[in-house]
Amino acid sequence: MRILRHREALLGLAILVLLVIVAARFPAFIRPASLVNVLNDTSPLILLAIGQMIVILTKCIDLSVAASLALCGMVAALLNGAGVPLPLVLLASVILGGALGAVNGLLVWKLAIPSIVVTLGTMTIYRGSIFLMTNGAWVNAHQMTDSFKAFPRTILLGLPVMSWIALAAIAFFAIVLTRTPLGRAFYAVGGNPHAAVYTGLDVGRTQFWAFVISGALAGLTGYLWVARFAVAYVDVARGFELDVVAACVIGGIAIAGGAGTIFGAVLGALFLGVIKNALPVVGISPFWQMAISGSAIVLAVVFNAAQRRQKGRIILKQVDAP
Amino acid sequence: MTPPPRFIPDRLQSRAARALRSWETILVAVAIAIFITNSFMSPFFLNAWNLSDATFNFTEKAMIAFAMAMLIIAGEIDLSVASIIALASTAMGLAMQAGAGVPVLVLAGMGTGLICGAVNGFLVAGLGLPSIVVTIGTLSLFRGIAFIVLGDKAFTGYPPEFAFFGQGYVWWVFSFELVLFAVLAVIYWVLLHRTSFGRAVYAIGNNATAAQFSGIRVARVRFILFLMTGLMSGIAAVCLTSRLGSTRPSIATGWELEVVTMVVLGGVSILGGAGSIPGVVLAAFIMGMVTFGFGLLNVPGIVMSIFLGVLLISVIALPRLFRRG
Repeated sequence: MRILRHREALLGLAILVLLVIVAARFPAFIRPASLVNVLNDTSPLILLAIGQMIVILTKCIDLSVAASLALCGMVAALLNGAGVPLPLVLLASVILGGALGAVNGLLVWKLAIPSIVVTLGTMTIYRGSIFLMTNGAWVNAHQMTDSFKAFPRTILLGLPVMSWIALAAIAFFAIVLTRTPLGRAFYAVGGNPHAAVYTGLDVGRTQFWAFVISGALAGLTGYLWVARFAVAYVDVARGFELDVVAACVIGGIAIAGGAGTIFGAVLGALFLGVIKNALPVVGISPFWQMAISGSAIVLAVVFNAAQRRQKGRIILKQVDAP
Repeated sequence: MTPPPRFIPDRLQSRAARALRSWETILVAVAIAIFITNSFMSPFFLNAWNLSDATFNFTEKAMIAFAMAMLIIAGEIDLSVASIIALASTAMGLAMQAGAGVPVLVLAGMGTGLICGAVNGFLVAGLGLPSIVVTIGTLSLFRGIAFIVLGDKAFTGYPPEFAFFGQGYVWWVFSFELVLFAVLAVIYWVLLHRTSFGRAVYAIGNNATAAQFSGIRVARVRFILFLMTGLMSGIAAVCLTSRLGSTRPSIATGWELEVVTMVVLGGVSILGGAGSIPGVVLAAFIMGMVTFGFGLLNVPGIVMSIFLGVLLISVIALPRLFRRG
């Protein structure tokens, strides 16, 4: 546990160094208002990274999160257009997201199809469904009600609601992962599936719940995304799943499952968020961002491997099969 | 909890019965069904030139799929193939601007592919990193470099002779790409099914540790496999760039999904250790004909991608559903 804290401290330090470098030439970047903006801008990534992290803990991967986000966002926008009140819209997008995640989870659980195949498939199906629903039409700002658009931007105690939701999700899932049987099950199933079975855990069912959580968070983020940018269309957040996986890898979540902490994933997301927001300030073309996050992923994997001997949190020790 | 005794049949099924129940037979049946459906749905389907045009839908992806099939059989995956195409195409554009001739352009494309493959191979085989994360990283990195070079611009104005690779015909309706596809299919069939290298690929996919102990240089085979997917992506980049006549950084976006779908549809186990080249060839034809048939019916591309997603999941799900019944 001490080593792990060390790792997150390292990542936190990297973020601080990044901030200092940018601030050395552009002090305005670290004004509180600007930092709040960075946090708010990174909130969708944080929310999805939490879900993705739980899925990765159970030895799976969810490549459909960005497509689920886009689909739920579109449904939220359409419901809003049909006059459904905001709380119901929010509830609907979370439930729909959970249902989309449940489809992934059921295919992984009941049919034992590898998660990468399942979510590669559902990724195109979910995004394609948006086209089927709308025929490719956009839902624009003037077709959304003011309260629908205003909710994520409402300032509460100095922070926009979207940031508060991200912070609440961090707190909630930190408790779930460290203080509940389900949280321990996520770690156990990924750390050593065979041992997990012998301790009475259903591996498939645990993976199913991981996908449901990931989907529900994607659904919630879908509404937030569409409301914040005030537009919904087929290609919303296309390719965002890679950023989400990147945040987890940078945050030290072991892709083989069973190791990593929620704060790692959050810091990984913040690291990417700071880079993304700093690039235009420093005057580097946004076209650099893709290559930078790619290099960050590769470096993080190399770094993780170098640290592999110091295993992360594994509840059930790996034992060679008899 | 003792496992149940393994079921051992008294005698094996006959060769014919096994062949009839094989994955390839199912694929042939599906291909024929799609072919017949397409012929009834559109009067323009049964036309030699139209069918020849349709092959452009899959030849480039199938070239990569052959190498990807071997990689997946060996238990690895390369999600960066489409990004390698983008980077190789960008390299060709830069070479073109420097006034390079056609041979240099082709070498630039293939060389870039090899270098990218070597990077993936070094990270996976050399450093022992998980291929799925490494190639998600290089997916971003390779296309990212293409975006840095090109931004929102494009390379155009390739020499006319360069158009042969993507638009030329060797004989009658047989395009250069189709012939290249056929030649590569034979090469890969021999390589996977008739050489010790191919056996090593299966061995590694089934049990890498056992393969290591039986004297197979696992890391080297893995490295070569990544070189091969890189090279194939480079060759596909030559064909695609020649066919389109331009390079944009967004070229071939999403192809990694289609290539993996093609390989899995072809009966290659995503967990490694099983699969065949004929299966991949059939899957390529099926995907090409479905895309072409939908195209004739004016179905938008995104609807085709839904169909491919359903196809990908159902071809894996259906046998599993029936096996339990």
